[in-house]
Amino acid sequence: MSLLEIRNLGIHFHTENGVVEAVKGISIKLEKGETLAIVGESGSGKSVTGLALTRLLPEPPARYVSGEILLDGRDVLKMKGDELRKLRGKRIAYVFQEPSTSLNPVFTIRSQIAEALKLHRPEVKDLDAEIIKCLDLVGITNPAQRLHDYPHQLSGGMQQRVMIAMALACQPDLLVADEPTTALDVTIQAQIMDQFRDLRSKLHMAVILITHNFGIISNFADKVAVMFRGKIVEYGPTAEVLRNPQHAYTKALIQCIPRLGARQHRLVTIDHAALEAAS
Amino acid sequence: MIAYIIRRLLYVLPIVFGVMLITFILFFVMQTRETMAKAQLGPRAKPAEVKNWLHERGYDKPVVINAAWADPAYHHTDQPWWDSIFINQMKNFATFELGESDFNREPIGEKIKSGMVPSLMITVPAMFVGLFLAVALALVQVLYRASALDTGMTVACAVLMSIVPMAYIISAQNLMAITLKWLPAFGFDLQGWGTIRFLMLPVSVMAVIYLGSDVRLYRSIFLEEIAQDYVRTAQAKGVSGRGVLFKHVLKNGAISLITLVVAHLPLLIMGSLLIENFFGIPGLGGLVVNAIQKQDFAIVRAAVFIGSLLYLFGLLLTDICYAVADPRIRLS
Ligand SMILES: Nc1ncnc2c1ncn2[C@@H]1O[C@H](COP(=O)(O)OP(=O)(O)OP(=O)(O)O)[C@@H](O)[C@H]1O
Ligand SMILES: [Mg+2]
Repeated sequence: MSLLEIRNLGIHFHTENGVVEAVKGISIKLEKGETLAIVGESGSGKSVTGLALTRLLPEPPARYVSGEILLDGRDVLKMKGDELRKLRGKRIAYVFQEPSTSLNPVFTIRSQIAEALKLHRPEVKDLDAEIIKCLDLVGITNPAQRLHDYPHQLSGGMQQRVMIAMALACQPDLLVADEPTTALDVTIQAQIMDQFRDLRSKLHMAVILITHNFGIISNFADKVAVMFRGKIVEYGPTAEVLRNPQHAYTKALIQCIPRLGARQHRLVTIDHAALEAAS
Repeated sequence: MIAYIIRRLLYVLPIVFGVMLITFILFFVMQTRETMAKAQLGPRAKPAEVKNWLHERGYDKPVVINAAWADPAYHHTDQPWWDSIFINQMKNFATFELGESDFNREPIGEKIKSGMVPSLMITVPAMFVGLFLAVALALVQVLYRASALDTGMTVACAVLMSIVPMAYIISAQNLMAITLKWLPAFGFDLQGWGTIRFLMLPVSVMAVIYLGSDVRLYRSIFLEEIAQDYVRTAQAKGVSGRGVLFKHVLKNGAISLITLVVAHLPLLIMGSLLIENFFGIPGLGGLVVNAIQKQDFAIVRAAVFIGSLLYLFGLLLTDICYAVADPRIRLS
């Protein structure tokens, strides 16, 4: 049985300006320890898909109109509140894009990580020791001194490491990282991606990496799903998709990756009108 | 932090001086001292009576400086140059000497001290009951947001807000005092625990008067917090809806609430004009209204002085509470 299987998932938002069809019948399969990248432009439904895995979308306005999300064969969309809460953080954990706003500004690092531990791992007696272990794992130097810091006392890269430590504290089977490096500067981005790679193999986690940057996935993801306007237009092993893209949109995205040393004088842009006509 | 507080306290001096200066100017722009005396003595008062009245209250001195060139009509050659109404008043306020009532020469300090007690007995419980109720109701609305309950409560708040305060006062008196005869409709007597009987009605009416608008305001504060990213993080950790609301949202929302609430705390001493008037509470609110009606400027002046001090103190208190509650804020 796969760790995660999404079948024909459809999600609508009922807003004042009408119905937004954010996700239109997508299917994805993910095995234990595997890494999937979901790539696509802004508004294509990547984040909505990620949040749907534990039903984190606010309902209303969100509505799950079709399909199922099977985690170890059990449908998340049929679960009750209590079961869902046991899933969140414990089996599926998240790292979000903006660490500075995703951490609660008025609680210390310690209390925010401890909250997850108390919920899902009540057997942990020495919280401080466990939290220090987590912070150490994500490469925070002097973790013991950081425990009582507030988020604003840390740099953006450090904040994101804290987010990762918090996500890993309960040893999830699947980590959903939604543009985890977009808000960080380039050198820190590379460090954080290395950290993910390292942790993934250490902890045998499956990872879903959501990004609009094709460049960072080639040596990171086993599989890639390309999303365009709420649909998956291309899905397959990363190397294959990169070598031989089928869909016009994927080709355009791959062309957009700026290559070092390439004789390119202008950045390639995507012609939406042409794509629209094609699909 | 200590240095900051000391600096802020030093700012109080020029601000209060400015307020008192403006108040002083307004009094003398609005009227002459003779009309002031006649307002108390009656329009037929003899010049000698007026003169005596002014002399007793120190109003027969020059306005700003005791010098022939500044105010020849009231110049007192036997007194030093600083013996003027303005300088005397400022000197008195600087030493917290509030002086005597223009009306019957009773010491104002005593009046304020005795008025403060009933005022505080109404405003402090009313403010805490009101705050507690409003926060609790707002949290219920946010917990069940976008449900029929939420809508119903919003409508109820709008109804509460559109009823004039007088209607609350009269209907409360009518129901509890006249029909049911449970509580006195009017009056106040300091008699230990028995005092509570006189407090119940005014306190509950005062708490209810602002309830509608407070609930709406707090609801919007909490809803704003609910939309923040850290709420999604907490949910993604598996924290329950209640846990998110009562721990994460409440603490962040409380920081916004502090500005609204703490600045008002010191002013509670001044009492509520409306409530004290209609429930016959001998508090500071009533004292000031009476003074205005009787044109007792000495009392009005003292009230302005105390009010501005309390207001500034409230602002300082707000900043301190802010710094204590919000780790991002450092006072310097
Ligand atoms: N709470 C919401 N209410 C209404 N519409 C929403 C809501 N959340 C998402 N949407 C809509 O769903 C669509 C997909 O949004 P989503 O956030 O998944 O995009 P994305 O692929 O993650 O883009 P980005 O790269 O900008 O993060 C968008 O059209 C968006 O407007
Ligand atoms: Mg997104």
